[in-house]
Amino acid sequence: MWTLFQIEVYKIFRRPRTYIAFAAITGLIGIIQFGLKLDGDQYVTFMMRDITSSISIEGNILNGYQVCYIVLQVLLVHVPLLIALVAADMVSGEANIGTLRLLLTKPISRDAFLFAKFLATLVYTIVLLIWLAILALFLNMLIFGTDDLFLLKSSYVVLLREQDIFWRYCGAFAFAALAMSTVAALGFLLSLFANNSIGPIVATMSIIVFLTILSTLNIPLFGYIKPYLFTTHMIGWKEFFDIKVNDANEAISGTIQNPDRIVHSAIILFIHIILFLSISIWVFRKKDILS
Amino acid sequence: MGMKSLFFLVVSIVWSVRVGAQDMTALVQKVQAKIEQVKDYMAVGTMKTDVSFIKAPVGKVKVYFKKPNRFAIKKEGGISLLPKGGVSINLNSLLTTTNYVALAAGEANVEGVKTKVVKLLPLNENSEIILTTLYIQEAALLVMKAVTSTRENGTYEMVMQYGAYQQYALPDKVIFSFNTKDYKLPKGITLEFEEETKPLSEAEKLKSRKGKVEIMYSAYTINQGVPDAVFVK
Repeated sequence: MWTLFQIEVYKIFRRPRTYIAFAAITGLIGIIQFGLKLDGDQYVTFMMRDITSSISIEGNILNGYQVCYIVLQVLLVHVPLLIALVAADMVSGEANIGTLRLLLTKPISRDAFLFAKFLATLVYTIVLLIWLAILALFLNMLIFGTDDLFLLKSSYVVLLREQDIFWRYCGAFAFAALAMSTVAALGFLLSLFANNSIGPIVATMSIIVFLTILSTLNIPLFGYIKPYLFTTHMIGWKEFFDIKVNDANEAISGTIQNPDRIVHSAIILFIHIILFLSISIWVFRKKDILS
Repeated sequence: MGMKSLFFLVVSIVWSVRVGAQDMTALVQKVQAKIEQVKDYMAVGTMKTDVSFIKAPVGKVKVYFKKPNRFAIKKEGGISLLPKGGVSINLNSLLTTTNYVALAAGEANVEGVKTKVVKLLPLNENSEIILTTLYIQEAALLVMKAVTSTRENGTYEMVMQYGAYQQYALPDKVIFSFNTKDYKLPKGITLEFEEETKPLSEAEKLKSRKGKVEIMYSAYTINQGVPDAVFVK
């Protein structure tokens, strides 16, 4: 199993396609950093125009933590599409080049084969997120410095002290890893149903776009299904950046406003992973391998 | 009522108002003299921003003042949230000018302390401040409360509590109240998918439009000089 896993990881990182996601993330973050470094003040003025009519905000708002939050807000919606590029290719890619049948002639169980591939997909997902963390968090901390984090929510604003932020990012990236693993599990499942990569990749992307739109729409009819869609829970990382207040309206450092929401979203995502993986095993056990 | 009686009534009202105004000017000048002992100060303390739509922790601040009316609140290496336009309004700045008319407006209790109410009307037509109401504890010559109406930035209220530095008329605690505007951003911008929260009632909305900043001073350094650089933004 360990050898199989190593081989699968090696195969993933030998493919040029794998590095498209890394290049895309590097390019996007680079563009955002360049834009904010040159014209960040105007962006901040625009975003704060509502609140600055009655409150004067002083300090280094556009610091590394703030830029990281902006990057995550923009990118974590699109990273699933990049994960689909590899996850949805895991089995269908083998079928496409005709190596699936050959591989399964070896004395290994189908379950072990599938697990090794799935674990390798998770490794790719996590390495991609680590790369995102290096560029979005650590590089921005170097370029823009660190300071308090001032966040705009829809009906209130949150000010987090500098020493109360880093652990929140650790939690947010860990949560994002779970959310992206759900996408990887979906792409992996769809890769079992085709003999070429394009179909499962496009199907995974389409499902994510479709479900994200459903999660975003505020139509009461969809309100019944929204709590069960994994896309609704993928933005749960933001809960790490909300803070509790006491009766005197003082924010309590080191607290999270709704930790139960994080746990609930994590459970829903975990159930989806288990569900997608179970269906994958069931389908693959019964699959007639012809290619 | 005959014309003579009416004339005497009007004259006596005008005279009593003038006498009252003179008395109040004297009282305000005494308070002013007490305040003017302080040419500059640097104070350390904590600041709490209490606005319904802001979640912010209590932060340590340094407060600087230099005559005639330079005032700054600085937070070391952090972001600070202060009422717009009201930051520069402090007691020392309010009473730096003699260009006003002081009118008596009765007496009132401020947190259990009996005070004289004085209305200060600036004589300068272009003054940012339209009217200031001072609640003065006459015996100690301390301003316990000040309500200031401005042209551009609404009405502010300051309530002062005194302790160790009351001989300089410097408070241990200042509660600064001001009006805020509604705050709302579309969920599409903030990417929040959760259900709508219950809309606020009218009473809650009214309460949510009031903001407070509390500054608790722990120590003052008085008349030791303050560099001009701290007032540069």
